Amino acid sequence: MTAKPKFAMYWAASCGGCEIAVLNIHEKILDVDANFDVVFWPVAMDAKYKDVEAMEDGSILLTLFNGGIRNDENEHIAKLLRKKSKILVAFGSCANEGCIPGLANLSNSHEIVETAFNTISTDNPNKVYPMASYSMPEGEIHIPTILPVLKTLDQVVDVDYYMPGCPPESHQIEAVVDLVVKVLQGKAQLPPKGSVIGAGNSTVCDECQRARNVKTIKSFERIWGVAPDPALCLLEQGIPCNGPATRSGCNARCPTAGAQCIGCYGPAEGVVDYGARLVSAFASVIDAKEPEEIDAILDGLVDPTGQFYRFNLAGSLLRAAAPAWKAESTHEKEKA
Amino acid sequence: MTQSFEPVIIGFTCNWCSYRAADLAGTARIKYPPNVRLIRLMCSGRLDPTFVFKALANGADGVMITGCHPGECHYIEQNYKALRRFQLMRRTLQGFGIDPARIRLVWASAAEGARFASEVASFVEEVRALGPLNWGKNGSVPARAAEAAMEKEEVPA
Repeated sequence: MTAKPKFAMYWAASCGGCEIAVLNIHEKILDVDANFDVVFWPVAMDAKYKDVEAMEDGSILLTLFNGGIRNDENEHIAKLLRKKSKILVAFGSCANEGCIPGLANLSNSHEIVETAFNTISTDNPNKVYPMASYSMPEGEIHIPTILPVLKTLDQVVDVDYYMPGCPPESHQIEAVVDLVVKVLQGKAQLPPKGSVIGAGNSTVCDECQRARNVKTIKSFERIWGVAPDPALCLLEQGIPCNGPATRSGCNARCPTAGAQCIGCYGPAEGVVDYGARLVSAFASVIDAKEPEEIDAILDGLVDPTGQFYRFNLAGSLLRAAAPAWKAESTHEKEKA
Repeated sequence: MTQSFEPVIIGFTCNWCSYRAADLAGTARIKYPPNVRLIRLMCSGRLDPTFVFKALANGADGVMITGCHPGECHYIEQNYKALRRFQLMRRTLQGFGIDPARIRLVWASAAEGARFASEVASFVEEVRALGPLNWGKNGSVPARAAEAAMEKEEVPA
């Protein structure tokens, strides 16, 4: 049994949806078990960090890493798994581009903690806050400390492959498992390092079956306020659909079901900054030439930053908003 | 802010009007602050918002976008597209806590060298008053995906 190559999967700042997506490949998961020795997978089996630390460097063949780098524990494990793994895959939107947890980069860490522990929706009458370290009779104990700016996996360590999606579609995971098994059997070659795997090379629009004409709009609509034409491009109907900038690979699931694409597969091939591409695309469809009229139409786009960077904030060019960078700079000075 | 702060401004000019306005300002020996680094595009409609975000993320304190006057675009109406992008960019940058005044849109015809120079001068003073942007300077490295993608050919959306 020891001859089987080793497999690990880890979750950092994520929701656990990626693990469920892996289980959603049904019987295919048996192929993973048949071909791999699972050595570390916190959500599925018991293992300690010290067991991983004791492993030989490069002894794990394949590690799927999901989640962004939110605290010093995430950072430590990312570096550890990088050292221990031959192939490290940024698995899912969080590890690739920050995803929903990355939206916290619009605030500083103080505001994040306040929101979690001291708002009306939290039952915390005694204002109990987490402490990074605490002295017990048995000695000092620690919990991980939050980093001021959430980072993507490749902003912390070297990454071999990128597998986008929130979560990656099951049929895409199956295809990747098949490929890896074939590579193990010597029947296929690995793609070049740095490749995006388990996704398409084009945009969601390319896979979308809705009819596209010349797009011009006089107002933006919110999806709950209109009954969209089932056959016509959503953006053409004024519904802010992120399809033009989003990587294909999901078979245009949301637009097919009548909802706008929110961009969970991240930037399409060749898109440098996801939000900037959408600024470009949305501005192009607006049918107005006077600044006042343009502004009135743009008022319909309630939260442009959130609309354009819902999944991609931490992976974008600007990466975080001013309050988070300010906290980062204080953090760096304290470290120094 | 400190007295010695000299803002770095990236200026995008269009080939047909505003670059020529800058040229005219030069040949007419009109003085304007040297803080602006001009990059010539064929048209203001060529301005990908990525250029602006990348400039701000990599050390620019302000970005100036210039084009032909409305109705006078060499490519018929691409400067209107630039206008719409500009207005949407301002809103997006605000969400990042970046003062929208750090980007400015200026229309200048090939005959308006003096106007071009005075717009540069007033923009430099405005950005100077806002202070350095210093975006993510601490511990920040350019996003890997972004850098790699720059090398690749663009895929039309």
